[in-house]
Formats: sequence, structure tokens, C-alpha cells
Amino acid sequence: MLFTRFLAGGLKSPVIIGALVVILAIGVIVPVLNLAVAPGSAFHIPDHMVPLFGKYLCYAMAALALDLVWGYCGILSLGHGAFFALGGYAMGMHLMREIGDRGVYGNAVLPDFMVFLNWKELPWFWHGFDSFVFACIMVAAAPGILAFVFGWFAFRSRVTGVYLSIITQAMTYALLLAFFRNDMGFGGNNGLTDFKDVLGFDLQSGRVRSTLFFLTAFFLALNLLIAAAIVGSKYGKILRAVRDAEPRTRFLGYRPDKIKLFAWTVSAIMAGVAGALYVPQVGIINPGEFAPANSIEMVVWTAVGGRGTLVGPIGGAILVNAAKSWFTGVLPEYWLFALGALFIFTTLYLPDGVAGLIRKMVGKARSKPRGKDEETEAPAADAPAGAAE
Amino acid sequence: MPLLRRLVLLTFAALALAFPATGARADAAEISAIVDRFATASKFPQVEAVIEALGAAGDPLAVPALRALEAGELQVAPDGRVVIERGDALLDPVTLEAAAPVEGRLKKVRTKNSIRRMIGDVISGLTLRAPEPAIRMTAAETIFASADAAQLDALEAALAEETDAGVKSRMEEARAAILLTASDDPAVQMAAIDIIADRGDQQALAVLATYANQASNADVQAAAREGVAEIESTLAMWQAGQNIWYGVSLGSVLFLAAIGLAITFGVMGVINMAHGEMVMLGAYTTFVVQETIRNSFPGAFEFSLLIALPLAFLVSGLVGLVMERGIIRHLYGRPLETLLATWGVSLILQQAVRTIFGPNNREVGNPDWMSGAFMIGEMSVTWSRLWIVVFALCVFGALLFAMNRTPLGLQMRAVTQNRRMASAMGIRTPWVDALTFALGSGIAGIAGVALSQIDNVSPNLGRTYIIDSFMVVVFGGVGNLWGTLVGGLTLGVVNKFLEPYAGAVLGKILILVFIILFIQRRPRGLFALKGRAVE
Repeated sequence: MLFTRFLAGGLKSPVIIGALVVILAIGVIVPVLNLAVAPGSAFHIPDHMVPLFGKYLCYAMAALALDLVWGYCGILSLGHGAFFALGGYAMGMHLMREIGDRGVYGNAVLPDFMVFLNWKELPWFWHGFDSFVFACIMVAAAPGILAFVFGWFAFRSRVTGVYLSIITQAMTYALLLAFFRNDMGFGGNNGLTDFKDVLGFDLQSGRVRSTLFFLTAFFLALNLLIAAAIVGSKYGKILRAVRDAEPRTRFLGYRPDKIKLFAWTVSAIMAGVAGALYVPQVGIINPGEFAPANSIEMVVWTAVGGRGTLVGPIGGAILVNAAKSWFTGVLPEYWLFALGALFIFTTLYLPDGVAGLIRKMVGKARSKPRGKDEETEAPAADAPAGAAE
Repeated sequence: MPLLRRLVLLTFAALALAFPATGARADAAEISAIVDRFATASKFPQVEAVIEALGAAGDPLAVPALRALEAGELQVAPDGRVVIERGDALLDPVTLEAAAPVEGRLKKVRTKNSIRRMIGDVISGLTLRAPEPAIRMTAAETIFASADAAQLDALEAALAEETDAGVKSRMEEARAAILLTASDDPAVQMAAIDIIADRGDQQALAVLATYANQASNADVQAAAREGVAEIESTLAMWQAGQNIWYGVSLGSVLFLAAIGLAITFGVMGVINMAHGEMVMLGAYTTFVVQETIRNSFPGAFEFSLLIALPLAFLVSGLVGLVMERGIIRHLYGRPLETLLATWGVSLILQQAVRTIFGPNNREVGNPDWMSGAFMIGEMSVTWSRLWIVVFALCVFGALLFAMNRTPLGLQMRAVTQNRRMASAMGIRTPWVDALTFALGSGIAGIAGVALSQIDNVSPNLGRTYIIDSFMVVVFGGVGNLWGTLVGGLTLGVVNKFLEPYAGAVLGKILILVFIILFIQRRPRGLFALKGRAVE
């Protein structure tokens, strides 16, 4: 009851409601166009496009998670890819267990890569992943606990700004190195792949893919609603206060470390859920997902879409990744040029992203007679640099 | 590594053989005359006689011919000449110069096992008494490794006339190695064990350890065990020394990569994610300089690095200046956005280099004075690493001077400590920013020249160093050159000491975790700026 009332708080803004409707509609329309429309038709969506779109939505979820901490709390995380990948690994481990004895080596207990490494029994941390429910709990718990512990220390010690960004990067880099090791028991370099089923349904079948797509859209909508509710609540106001003037908020009697820790942990869990939905659609999870470059790419999705807008990063992630798919297909040489230019252009000319631009234009058009009051709604740039303060 | 040392010695020996000094001993013509007698030696006893004659002549010039005979390469031409057939080439058996072509079929000088053994003895006798100490040294080492009792006589004879102290001790060790197994007098064996234990390297360890397991006499066995323990502790000390050296060398690389970053971060509060790419540009500048030299002025190759240094500084510095003027100054006061924008620049630079030079590693050569290695006791020191450490210290000294004794340094320190006050005192902070950024980038460029000598020059070169550089900077603290030096060296040494226990990857993970925790305790690094200027 309390939770639904909390969620209802997220429904105040018409933009959010609109976005929710659009996301859920996409979640229904894409599967319908894939399954119900004949392949010859102009409206038919081919099979390989469904997981591709699903991938975009997962990225959108990660960008939304990042926006919650960066846009509303001023924490630029360069390590959200780690939470995404941890969620993915939790789901991947369950999918590995579901392979059972259908692996290349036909071992009923051990996944292929363990047989290959001559392991005799399942490591302790693989126990429990036979159960889907347990795996789902771990999808939230693994990134959540990591984020909680990491944030607990970092925020309490008042590590802020660039330093915080760098240690988040160090975190994901350390995990990258760790997961590359074969003796970690997560498949090393190759990661986890060759999945067959989820809950007994064949992952390759069109219906399962469409269901997964719908679930991704649903969870994206749910996350958006939760984020909107958080941001719209009284807590959300304090969160923004911490972003804009952390010392002042502290002097007013709030505890910025705890306030940041909550948003940080929620955001990590969201990223973990995104990763968990990503893995069955893409069919593989490997340590490359921990690469610092991936996390920084997430930041640019958020920046392009417009941080501090919730809806913007979702659009940004889809936009940038669609562009990436197009570029890598047509002009693979130039994708990094384009991405680099995008980083520079966005930071220089679009500090609030596309959503900020739209908001500004709409605001100007609406408030012409009254002057530019509306702009104060838009989030200010982050807390000024240490040197200036 | 003893192996390396032996390689070096062998090279010397080969050189000495290739350019024999003319002396009072039997000269090349005399040896040639004896070698030519192989042509008429159709029976084994005759072959043996020729080999004996070569041994009696006592000149190492005969060694190549003997080795060729051992390997079955010594051939007799129909016209009676004796030649070495090596692959497709025909060589003179004494001078090893190309021999005149031969009409008709070659006939091999035949050998059998007993003759080959005899050749071995004659060669060691010859080399043990060779005029060049390096060859004698190699011969003694070979005998030490084989501990072949048959060579004891030749060794004793050589030892009696040996004058060089270094070679003499090697020969004594070789004799001890033989006596250890050949003699059954415990006193002689004990003495031998002492001599071998004093040698204290891997080979000595191998000899003693093997013997300790098979000794018949309990006292001797105990002595051998003791000797093994003694050698092991000596080796462990050398190993620690080697680790420290590796650590210092890694640390100076980290320092070089990080120092430019530390300067820009300290003065401007800006993290330059494209810093690694500045290093990469420096490395590619070296590549271009070397290519130009190879194509146009091959003689100047030894100086290629000296030419590349200022050029790399200019190239990276200019790119840095353009970046600062074009992008970073517009983002002033927004450090997180700067981080993203410079990341964008790094992507573009990487892809640009990949497009121009291709995605593969580029070959950057080491000049002679940068290649090779030498030994200090049991520690091997490569020249390239040594020069990089020296270079890092020079860069450090130069920067220290620039920061403390030049007007720009003064202004940079002022801006670091209190930007607004510095500005109020009339310092043009935008200029200082631009020059700082150019300086930091330029230093990254010269770091790239150094790194091109020990790492692969590829478009990903910068990526591999950027996170390590961050770690050095946040660990050492910003705005302080000493912090970066101490930070780099500490991380380097700790890394190398963790590696043997935890493995390279786990060691690196541990260091990352350590730094994450360290930041919690000292959020501004080891050498933090103190006072009001901070925040």
C-alpha cells in the first residue's frame, strides 16, 4: 500500500506519464509486429531486430540508473558498467545451470568451462543459482551490496567529484581483471554463454524473445516510475540540495552521505536488473562488460539525452546505440570519431542534453510574456570545481 | 640470469673467434695446413692423428673446423680442398670466409662416437688455453655445467698456467664440480662444496642440490645440504634485489606516465582522460622519426631517440595546447564535463592514429646503447630499463627546477594554491592554464618516447597506462611532484613484490583495492596540499 502510494507520487508529471505510456506501448507493439504480422509485410519486424531493440531498452535502463545519481545527486559514476555486468552475471549463472547436461561435455553438474578446467565440484558461490528466484534475488543483491559497501565507505569519507569518479573507474577495472581470471570460476575470458532455456522455455523461440522484450519494456517503465517517485518526493528535494551545495546541506542538519548512499544503491540495483535482462537477449556475458570504456559510454548516453531529466537518458541511450549499430554496419572506421565528437559536442554545447534543449525551447515559447522564470526548474551545472569554491 | 650471462660470454667468444688476434702462436696458415690434412685422412686413425695435431698446435683457430667436423659439416672437395658446408654456403674451415665454389661432389670427413668425444676434449683443451680470457671463461663454465671427469686433466693443466684471477676462480669451481662427484675423499669433497657454495648462483645450486641427494658420505651430504641452504639464502637476497629493481623500473615508468597528469590536475583541477593518448602520440613520433632516419639517414639511428624527444614534446604539447584552447577552457569550473570531453578527444586521437598507422603494433627499434643487459651479481639489469630510470630522474629534476626556479613555475604554484588570489595579483590564469596543459601533455609525449622502448607501440598504448597513471596521481596527491615520484615508485615496487605471491593480475587487483581504501583515509592523497586553498 505504502509502496503504491509512493509510486503514485511519480505520476505527477505529464512527461513521465507520456513516457511510461510510450514505453509500454513499444513493449507491446514490437512483439506484435514481429509475431502477428506476416514476414512479407512492410510493418514486420524481423526476428533479429527484437533482441536488438531489447538491448537498447536495457541500455536505456542503465542510462536511467546513471541519471539518478549523476543528474540528481552529482555523482559521476564511471563504474556503472560493473553493476550492469554483475546483474548480468547473476542471470547468466542461472542460465548456465539450466543448460544442465546439454553442454558440450554433457556433465550434469558442472558447466562446460569448469569441466574444461578440470574442476571436480561446483564452487560454493554457484550453489543456489539452480533456482530462478534465488538468481533474481542475486541480480539485485550482488550489485546492491557492492554499491552499498562501496558507497558507505566513499561517501562517509567525503570522497567527491573527480576523485570519486576515478575510484569508481578503479572499481570496475579491478572487477574486469578479476573476472578475466579463470580461477575466479566465472568462465574467465569467454564468460558465460551457450544458454539454452529460461524457466524451461527455449531462448531461441520467437515467443520467448518477445516475452523478454516485453519484460524489458515493463521493467524500464517500472524503473522510470520508481525514479520519478524518488525524485518527486521530499527525499528527492534533499537529493538535489546535496547535488547543488553539499556542505550547505550538511550544515542544515542533513546527512549527505546517507542520502547519497540510498540513491546510489537504488541506482546500482537498477543497473543490475538491466544487465540481467540484457544477458538472455544477447546470449552472452563476458568480462568485457566491465571495461571502463563501457561505463563511460553509458555516461555519454545520459549526457546526450539530458541528465537530470529521467526521460532524456532513455532517449539518449536508444539514440546513441541506434547510431552505433548504423555506424558499425556502414562506416565502422568512423564510429569512434563520431562518438568522440559526440562527447565533445554534448559537453560543450548541450550541457543539459537533448531533453534540456527541448525543455528550454518549450519553456521559452510558453513563458515569452513572463520572462524566463521557467529556467530555474532546469538543473544547474554540477557543483562548481573545488578550486573555485 | 646466468643464462643471459652465458649468452653474452658466448657472443664474446664468437666475436673473438671471428676476429682472431694475430699473436706469437701458430698462425692461420699453419692451422690451415694441418686442417688440409683431413683431405688425405681416409681412415679413422688418420683423422684422429690430424685432430691430435690440431690440439698440439694449441690455437683456438682450429675450433671452428673441429666443431664442423663434430657436426658432420667438414667436407673434402675433389680438388683436395677442405671446406665447411653450412646450409648452401661453403666456408673456409679456418677463416670462415666464403670459399671458392667447388666442381664435382663433396666428400664428408667421416667420424665416429669415439672421435667425437676426442674432438670435445681437444676443443675444451684448446679453449681452456685460448689467449682470450672470455673464451677460457666460457670453457670453464661449460666444464662446470657438465662436470665431466674426463676433462679434469686438461683443466688442471690449464689451471696451472692461468693468470687471470676471474678465470682462475671459474676454473677452480669447475674443478670442484668434477671432484665433488669424481673423488671419494671426504676432505676433497668438503673443500669442493665450499668452493661451489661460495659461487652462490643457480648453477651452483643445481650442482649441489643434485649431489646432496646422492652423496654416500653422511658428513659430506650434510655439508652439501648446508651449502644448498647457503646458496638459497644468497639467491633469495638477490631475488629481493631484483624485485626492487623491477619495481623501481616499473615505478619510474608509472611516474613518467603520471607526472604530466599530476601537473594539470594540480593546477587546473582537471582530469585529462586523453593523457594516455598524449603518451601514445609521443611513441608514434618516435616511430616516425625512426622511419625517416632509416629511409634517409641510416647513420643517425643511434641518435633517433634524442631527436625524437624534443619532437615528441612539441607534438604532444601542441595537441594539448589546442585541446586546452579549443575545449577545456570553455568547460572551466566543470571538472566532470571536462573529463567527458577529454575522453571524447582520446577516442578521436586513438581512431585517428589507427586510421593513419594501422591497428597493429609498430616496430620501434632500440639503439645499441639501449639494448642488451648486464649482470650485477645474480641481478640482471637491462640497459633500456636502466636508461628509463635515469631518464625519469632527469625529467623529475628538470620539472623540479621548472616549478621552483622559473617564473612560469612560480605562477603555476600560485594558481595551484589559490586561483583567485593569484588572479588578483595580476597573474594571467588563462595563460598559466594553457601553458600548464601544454607542459603536462608535452611531458606525456616524452614519456611516450621512453615507453616506445619497452612496450608495444599500438593505438591502445595510452589505454594501458591511463588507469595506472590515475592511481599514481590519486595515491601521491596532486600539485606535488614528490608525491607523484613517491606514489609511482611505491606502487611499482609493491606491484613487483606482490606478483610472485599473488600473480600479476591478482597483484594488480589488490593494488586497486588498496588504493580505493586508501582514498577513504586520505581523500587527497599521500602528499596533500594543506591550508585554506583546499576547497
